[in-house]
Amino acid sequence: MNWMIFLSNLIVPLTFAGILLYAISKKMPVYDHFVIGAKDGFSTVLQIAPTIIGLMVAVGMLRASGALDLLSMAIKPVAEPLGYPSEAVPLTLMRLVSSSAATGLLLDLFESYGPDSFLGRFISIMMSCTETVFYTMSIYFMYIKVTKTRHTLTGALLANLVGIITALWLTNYLYG
Amino acid sequence: MLNFLWGGMILLAIVVAVFTGNMAALTNAAIDSAREAIMLCITMLGVLSMWTGLMTVAQKAGLISALSRRSKPLLRYLFPALGRNHPAHEPIATNFIANILGLGWAATPSGLKAMEILQKDNPEPNTATPTMRMFMVINMSSLQLVTISVVAYRAQYGSANPSEIIGPGLIITIVTTIFAVAFCKALERFGK
Repeated sequence: MNWMIFLSNLIVPLTFAGILLYAISKKMPVYDHFVIGAKDGFSTVLQIAPTIIGLMVAVGMLRASGALDLLSMAIKPVAEPLGYPSEAVPLTLMRLVSSSAATGLLLDLFESYGPDSFLGRFISIMMSCTETVFYTMSIYFMYIKVTKTRHTLTGALLANLVGIITALWLTNYLYG
Repeated sequence: MLNFLWGGMILLAIVVAVFTGNMAALTNAAIDSAREAIMLCITMLGVLSMWTGLMTVAQKAGLISALSRRSKPLLRYLFPALGRNHPAHEPIATNFIANILGLGWAATPSGLKAMEILQKDNPEPNTATPTMRMFMVINMSSLQLVTISVVAYRAQYGSANPSEIIGPGLIITIVTTIFAVAFCKALERFGK
């Protein structure tokens, strides 16, 4: 358990060290490039801010109306015997469709349950090891006009399912 | 897609509120959520700018192209049909590495380019080749090593240790990618 936290704490500093040492060895002006890149990140956030406002408003209203609780309650009889937290089901499904809508649901769960609760940790890990499968599939295959994808979707969904199950197991193992 | 999703979510909220009697809470929820979204963006402005800044240093120093040159043996194992040298190798490697580093904006153009090149050799243009399938399934198995945005969200909502999920996320990312490769290799073996 400790080695996992050690690993988590190490990755970001290691990424910094690796990139900086490599760039300095190439005699790159690292700080100048950092500032240029940071500016890009800054404008990206400003660009997605309206999207975040829109989706957080929609999810906030869904939460306040009681619709999310109803949905969780409806899913509970199926999710509970499988040991799956029913509050995470809407997020899990949305994650495969739209990254930004999933973010709205993720933040709503953080607000209701806290990021350090079991559910908060599980959804954090789950979000880090799943992808917007349906979105990516449609973009890439529509681009080259391929309609028969020969189990590509099955493979991608199974890989994500493996990720979700492993995330639940690992959260249980580490924090359960 | 998002138009239906977004409109649907709000209309559903209003319809449900009629039945649950939570109508009064809806106005507050809308206003609070909008305010909260901006608070979140302020955190994100800092964290994401820091991360894209660092990744730009990596990109400008040529780290992506250096890594993609070294990934040849792996590419030959994953895509035997492409042979030793193939023009699709480069965009595929760039796409994987950009995904691993969490550079979504660099991943999509190279991914589309890879698909375009692969499509040129495709005997049945409406059907995915095994090479495309392997590429896509790995791509969608989640490759990103550090999901910095989730760390930022956790920090915003008061986590005591926002980065503690990086390690577990990394390990599972490796598991799902191995699964993706094994799945596609198995399909190829059974001639599907």
